Amino acid sequence: MDAILLQVLNGLDKGGAYALIALGLTIIFGTLGVVNFAHGALFMLGAFCAVAVKSVLSLEKVTLDPTKTTAWGTPMEIRVPYIEAWFGDFGATVLDFSVPISIIIAIPVMLLIGVAMERGLIRFFYKRPHAEQILVTFGLAIVLQEIVKSQFGANPIPQPAPDLAKGMIDFGIMVGFDAGNIVYPAWRLIYFLFSIVIITAVFAFLQFTTFGMVVRAGMADRETVGLLGIDIDKRFTIVFGMAAVVAGLAGVMYTPILSPDYHMGMDFLVLSFVVVVVGGMGSLGGAVAAGFMLGILQSFASMNEVKTIIPGIDQIIIYLIAVIILLVRPRGLMGRKGVMEH
Amino acid sequence: MSKKQMSRRGLLKSSAAVGVTLATPTIFTSSAWAAGYTNEPKGKTVTLGFNVPQTGAYADEGADELRAYKLAVDHINGEGDGGMLSTFTSKALKGNGINGKKAVFVTGDTQTKSDAARASAKRMIEKDGAIMITGGSSSGVAIATQGLCQDAGVIFMAGLTHSNDTTGKDKRANGFRHFFNTEMSGAALGPVLKNAFGSQRTAYHLTADYTWGWSQEGSIKKYSEKIGWKTAAAVRTPLGAGDFSQYITPVLNSGADVLVLNHYGRDMVNSLTQAVQFGLRDKQVNGKDFAIVVPLYSRLMAQGAGENVKGIFGSTNWHWSLQDAGSKAFVKSFGKKYGFPPSQAAHTTYCQALLYADACQRAGTFRPSGVGAALEGFKFDGLGNGPTEYRASDHQCFKDVLVVKGKENPSSKFDVLEVVEVTPRAQVEYPATMLGGNLGPYNDGA
Repeated sequence: MDAILLQVLNGLDKGGAYALIALGLTIIFGTLGVVNFAHGALFMLGAFCAVAVKSVLSLEKVTLDPTKTTAWGTPMEIRVPYIEAWFGDFGATVLDFSVPISIIIAIPVMLLIGVAMERGLIRFFYKRPHAEQILVTFGLAIVLQEIVKSQFGANPIPQPAPDLAKGMIDFGIMVGFDAGNIVYPAWRLIYFLFSIVIITAVFAFLQFTTFGMVVRAGMADRETVGLLGIDIDKRFTIVFGMAAVVAGLAGVMYTPILSPDYHMGMDFLVLSFVVVVVGGMGSLGGAVAAGFMLGILQSFASMNEVKTIIPGIDQIIIYLIAVIILLVRPRGLMGRKGVMEH
Repeated sequence: MSKKQMSRRGLLKSSAAVGVTLATPTIFTSSAWAAGYTNEPKGKTVTLGFNVPQTGAYADEGADELRAYKLAVDHINGEGDGGMLSTFTSKALKGNGINGKKAVFVTGDTQTKSDAARASAKRMIEKDGAIMITGGSSSGVAIATQGLCQDAGVIFMAGLTHSNDTTGKDKRANGFRHFFNTEMSGAALGPVLKNAFGSQRTAYHLTADYTWGWSQEGSIKKYSEKIGWKTAAAVRTPLGAGDFSQYITPVLNSGADVLVLNHYGRDMVNSLTQAVQFGLRDKQVNGKDFAIVVPLYSRLMAQGAGENVKGIFGSTNWHWSLQDAGSKAFVKSFGKKYGFPPSQAAHTTYCQALLYADACQRAGTFRPSGVGAALEGFKFDGLGNGPTEYRASDHQCFKDVLVVKGKENPSSKFDVLEVVEVTPRAQVEYPATMLGGNLGPYNDGA
């Protein structure tokens, strides 16, 4: 039982990342009708916002120690981050909290990137076939990851969680198990809660604000909204920016779980597309439900007991479920009639 | 009006002739094959082909290999401080190139993909006239490129490849490996692990699901079971899984008290980081401290895992902190030129370039069979690994193996590993027949 609960927790934090990326993807598809293969790159760019913030906070004061030399004969460098040299313990704490601090920086940066991407490239492909949208956004993703690689290298760059969130939480005690049976990394639980907060915020924004109401109306019938004199394009640009922010924040908070490298976006992209298709193209609720469902199923499929019965199931489970769902419900779990059907 | 008609037989004959022509690999028809042996150098230069990952997940390792190759070419041509040429026991190279010809080089990008590596090697042989191909950062790539070089009639000096198969079941006469293999890692780690953790242990393996991972898992299981350890489970994980948490959680309550991560590169960084995140390094099982082992360490990758490597055992082919004259000369030369110490990938590729050049010089030819004969059974020292021999029967270098541990208090970002034992060559040596395979005859390409 404890092994099953551990895998449920596992699936929830993994599913949180899938759901956040898929949410942005499906918003963009639902509003703009664009199949955005660069969305994984936005997740990666968010993660590299955290890397960049940490790099800036870690800028070092370099002094040479003439009494010691390196193995190649140059004087040894003594490196102290400026922030620690100037602010002492407070500086060290700021450095320790670089990942949460990155959220504040990532929101405007990702919004700007999203708006620039939409205005500079995507909008020219609104009326083009989906195949062309896929080609151009996939090309953009490759360009973005190569830029990141040229700046940050190909190796993963560690981004530790703050010391406060590094330990384990005894989740078992909370649900009536013996102490020590179900312990889970604190940061992963924080990530799960964070994803719930973001998902709720996005739903609330679309459900309870006038802006959200117009966007939802535009998703349902873009032409009629235009006829009412509402500039839906402008709103959709902001929606694209918002989707970029959601993907970016998912990336920032994921960095202590997965050391970021330039390729991490591609790793999540295909899975997120499966999540969107399983959830139903353009369905926000579907994307979230499918994200968590597939995350949990993937975790269960990796259990030794399951792999012994069906070897290799962990590598195909998501695609297998996608096939089954699409056979039973061709529009996905919560797909709407008319979306992606013309 | 006359009308030409083709008979059915004629059509079949013509189609067969066209088919045979098109199916003949261009490597057999190109000018590369026109001389006495493939790409026999006629002018004042000799071209070496450096096939390294310049893009993809191992691009940083590939960049370090390329730096080392450039340094080796400088030293072969008599430029720079000479590096390990001054400590190398063979004094055949005089700093005036190879066999009186200036060494020049061309580069290819393996992308860490077998097909891309073969394509770039083929291009360097056919178009650029490379006499030898060297480099790479993966066993799959090394085996694929080695096969191509054998067919093309050029020597292949493998880069970073750790699978037993490279000089085991997939060995070829034209291929030579300086880097160690999983068998040697297992043989070196076994006694160290026994000393550190005792003989009453239960290990849980997470293994990258491809040739190198299987090879590594087999070797570590063999030597850990030899010291009395049990194996709780050996679970295969997809290459590039990213998040390994679903494979790590079953370890928590499995009864195992050792986790062996048969992963390399990004997979190693991620699985180790996540294992530490799940508290495995600080866990107690069966009244013992839980241990994590990473059988193949790379300093570049260890940097990626950051503080998570602290106290974790593994093995490596070479480390820049070694204090022998050869290592010091290489670190000095490399560090002066690039501002940081070389990785083990840089070291093995630098050695391979020097060893090839030296063998050509001693053989007085670039003919692959002549160069191979000069390398076979060649005993040398001064290249950072102590007394070394290129064994004739499998073209594998035999030398001491380093067991390392993640450093508790690193003094810089390069200072992440410490050498805990130098395992003598005799302890890691095995009979050539053990790993199977057949070298076959040399191919000079004529």
